[in-house]
Amino acid sequence: MSDGQTKKKFFYLNRKAPYGTIYALESLEVVLIGAAFEQEVSLGFIDDGVFQLMNNQDAAGTGMKGFSKIYRALGDYEVRKLYVEKESLETRGLSVDDLMPITYEDEDEDYAEKPSIVVVDKAEMAKLIADQDVIMSF
Amino acid sequence: MSGYQVNGGVVEHDEEGYLTDIGQWTKDVADIIAKAENIDMTDEHWEVVNFLRDYYDEYQIAPAVRILVKEMTKKYGKEKGDQKALYALFPYGPAKQACKIAGLPKPTGCV
Amino acid sequence: MSTLHTVNKSPYERNAMTSCLGHVSAGDLVLLIEDGVLAARKGGSFAQALNAAKGACKIYVLAPDLAARGIGAGDVLEGVETVDYGGFVDLAASATRVCAWL
Repeated sequence: MSDGQTKKKFFYLNRKAPYGTIYALESLEVVLIGAAFEQEVSLGFIDDGVFQLMNNQDAAGTGMKGFSKIYRALGDYEVRKLYVEKESLETRGLSVDDLMPITYEDEDEDYAEKPSIVVVDKAEMAKLIADQDVIMSF
Repeated sequence: MSGYQVNGGVVEHDEEGYLTDIGQWTKDVADIIAKAENIDMTDEHWEVVNFLRDYYDEYQIAPAVRILVKEMTKKYGKEKGDQKALYALFPYGPAKQACKIAGLPKPTGCV
Repeated sequence: MSTLHTVNKSPYERNAMTSCLGHVSAGDLVLLIEDGVLAARKGGSFAQALNAAKGACKIYVLAPDLAARGIGAGDVLEGVETVDYGGFVDLAASATRVCAWL
């Protein structure tokens, strides 16, 4: 499945905050498992989904397993595009500076670290959705 | 629930031998788990186990085998970051068996 | 090259439909199912939003879910097409991709 012709665009659409429901963690697990199939994978974060990427998450006091650091491993799994919607951030009083730094290593440029988070506006997000082969919603 | 006998105490594990509480891991525990897996721990084994523990500490997950291979290559060179070499060290799978010895949960996507 | 969007939450309780309508492209299909059908009742406060969306995309609503909630065919907004399960399958088959709004 490594030739370009059979690669499909997989998009994981995340719309819910972490910890309140299991959606965010389930989405991550599916992304990690799906990464083994070498497809073209990207993630979208809109509405409360943007809270999944908040910096300085500490779930220790809740008795739940914290999983925010896992997003930073996505680059190792060749998941290099995390699209975050500008309007969703703004509605919640957030900016990209409130999100954790997530990077991937570009092997074509001597493993230079590049940012994975890309802020897009609603119209660009709609275009991304319209450009996918498969969309998985969480 | 059964457990590993370590220094007179019992460290609980699940039905597949993975530690129930990652916080109970020590090097002694690792040696006992390795023995149960019929593995004599060498420096090479420890390199992998330590790498997995560091990775887990940083990312809260155990890496899939291909990620392990890729990252070991980056850190220790091609010779160590080699799937065959890793399987020679851990015959039942570097991710599965080494993770167990490292006290980590079973890697995601590993059945 | 269209997308079938499904919405299964009441717009009175969640923003799934509002968010969906904000992310559709021209020519897309929107299918309201489960509690999502509540948006399609005449006189409801989301009628305007659905009417506005009708220009760019087609809106469908799943009949068994309407019936289950006591919403008769005559109470469905004009221009919203009612489909059965077979129609749901046809819509999914005709679209290039499906996007669920949960």
